[in-house]
Amino acid sequence: MTQTCLTFRDLTLGYNSHPAIHHLDGAIRKGSLTAVVGANGSGKSTLMKGIVGVLKPMAGGIIRAPALRAAYLPQQSELDRSFPARVVDLVSLGLWPKRGMLGRYTKDDRDAVSQALMAVGLGGFEKRPIDTLSGGQLQRTLFARVLLQDADLILLDEPFNAVDAKTVGDLIALIKHWHGEERTIMVVVHDLDLVRQNFPETLLLARQPVAWGETRETLKPENLLRARRFHEAWEENAPWCEPDEHARGHDHNHHGHDHDHHHGAGPRAA
Amino acid sequence: MDFLYGLFIAPFADFGFMQRALFGSLMLSLGACPIGVFLMLRRMSLSGDAMAHAILPGAAAGFLFYGLEILPMTIGGLIAGVIVALGAGAVSRFTIQREDASMAAFYLISLAIGVLMVSIRGSSVDLMHVLFGTVLALNDEALTLIGGIVAVTLVSLAIFWRALVAECLDPLFLRSVSRMGSPVHFIFLGLVVLNLVGGFQALGTLLSVGLMMLPAAAARFWTARVEPMCVLAVLIGSASCIAGLLLSYHASLPSGPAIILSAGVVYFASILFGTRGILRARIIHHRHRTA
Repeated sequence: MTQTCLTFRDLTLGYNSHPAIHHLDGAIRKGSLTAVVGANGSGKSTLMKGIVGVLKPMAGGIIRAPALRAAYLPQQSELDRSFPARVVDLVSLGLWPKRGMLGRYTKDDRDAVSQALMAVGLGGFEKRPIDTLSGGQLQRTLFARVLLQDADLILLDEPFNAVDAKTVGDLIALIKHWHGEERTIMVVVHDLDLVRQNFPETLLLARQPVAWGETRETLKPENLLRARRFHEAWEENAPWCEPDEHARGHDHNHHGHDHDHHHGAGPRAA
Repeated sequence: MDFLYGLFIAPFADFGFMQRALFGSLMLSLGACPIGVFLMLRRMSLSGDAMAHAILPGAAAGFLFYGLEILPMTIGGLIAGVIVALGAGAVSRFTIQREDASMAAFYLISLAIGVLMVSIRGSSVDLMHVLFGTVLALNDEALTLIGGIVAVTLVSLAIFWRALVAECLDPLFLRSVSRMGSPVHFIFLGLVVLNLVGGFQALGTLLSVGLMMLPAAAARFWTARVEPMCVLAVLIGSASCIAGLLLSYHASLPSGPAIILSAGVVYFASILFGTRGILRARIIHHRHRTA
């Protein structure tokens, strides 16, 4: 008996009427740990933005499990590092889902902040101004904030960029710990070896899903080759995606990845 | 002792208009300076200036219909400011244009309308009143208005503090956990307009932004945290008001520019001597710790 955390129904996301995610169907199981891989421009970050709700779907939709709490670590943070804040101020933002705009931070909250920093190996960094952190330290600080958000669904967009090998190890351990706590996790990763070693499931994207399922199966050479052939550029005069044509494309998609049964379209994935 | 009394206390003790000016300008500092800190931290320092110009047509409309009366001019300025702030904010939020460009466009249009309206009726002396204000002629009506504006500002800041900090520090994060992002931005712009309008009777539309920005810019050189920065900005603003009023009294200078120039002196002193200023950075650079 598995519950779904997210269900994508014919989801199309994009910019200026050009799709970056095209007719995605499927579901994310509760408690699953999924790597999202694909070439540049294949729609990985767009999918993350769609799930967290900062980008509205152009068509279709995402059905979230009721009362789902999501934490999102974006690839390009809009964090203002020159803002006069300390590490503890930045991490404390993670208390927002719990305390909201007006709730007072209690002593427990402050302890939780310290523990979160401890968990990412930044114990004692509380008072450091954020503009003195290195790139990797900042990334770990943001992980501590995700930790504090205590979310059911954790979305990490290329969290290992510019992070040294030891820290990647630490962060992977943290992700596995979350996985052990039955949280649902999706991580955008480029390092396929890292994916093979640590992620049970993988979604391979090339605007459309190329393959989706068990990692070893998904990352087969023929799938990777198909993903690589994907044409990154928009075509200014690409024909409009019409409903009937889309139905054809749709079937074609399913044909493309019908080996991963447990990810079938929402209604059929009972 | 008598000399010091005569220099610092007597002007305020002896003259009602000086007491009012002091009271009004100190209240203004209390509200406007923290707003200035956030304007600066959001890199909108010049937007404050733009907003100050944008208020002009509203104030001019009030002036056109009611003459040099505080209430209609204030309400007019408020309406014009809100229209420009909302318009520019909306354009930047919902189109690809950034806020600096949309703000420039809106305020220039607004300023042109304002100058046009003032020139239809008034002489250039009237224009000078609107542009440069008269802190020494604050009446009860004006003081009440400033008091109300300060109260609204401080209460709003207390309520929206966390959201405002989050929106400055990491707007995308705020959007991912809450819908407060856009509302808080507009509330903040509203507070900017409110405080500029509050300041314009005292300091004029052009200089009211000075009491907002200069203490904030000076405070940036002393601390690396927001809360002390706001407190320090208020203190610097208040000190500038006192110094400016005394200067204007003793040297018979116009009070608005005297206040702003006092803040300017603090600003330059902070650049040089602040804990994060030039001299300190130079000296510390010669020495370093082992880790």
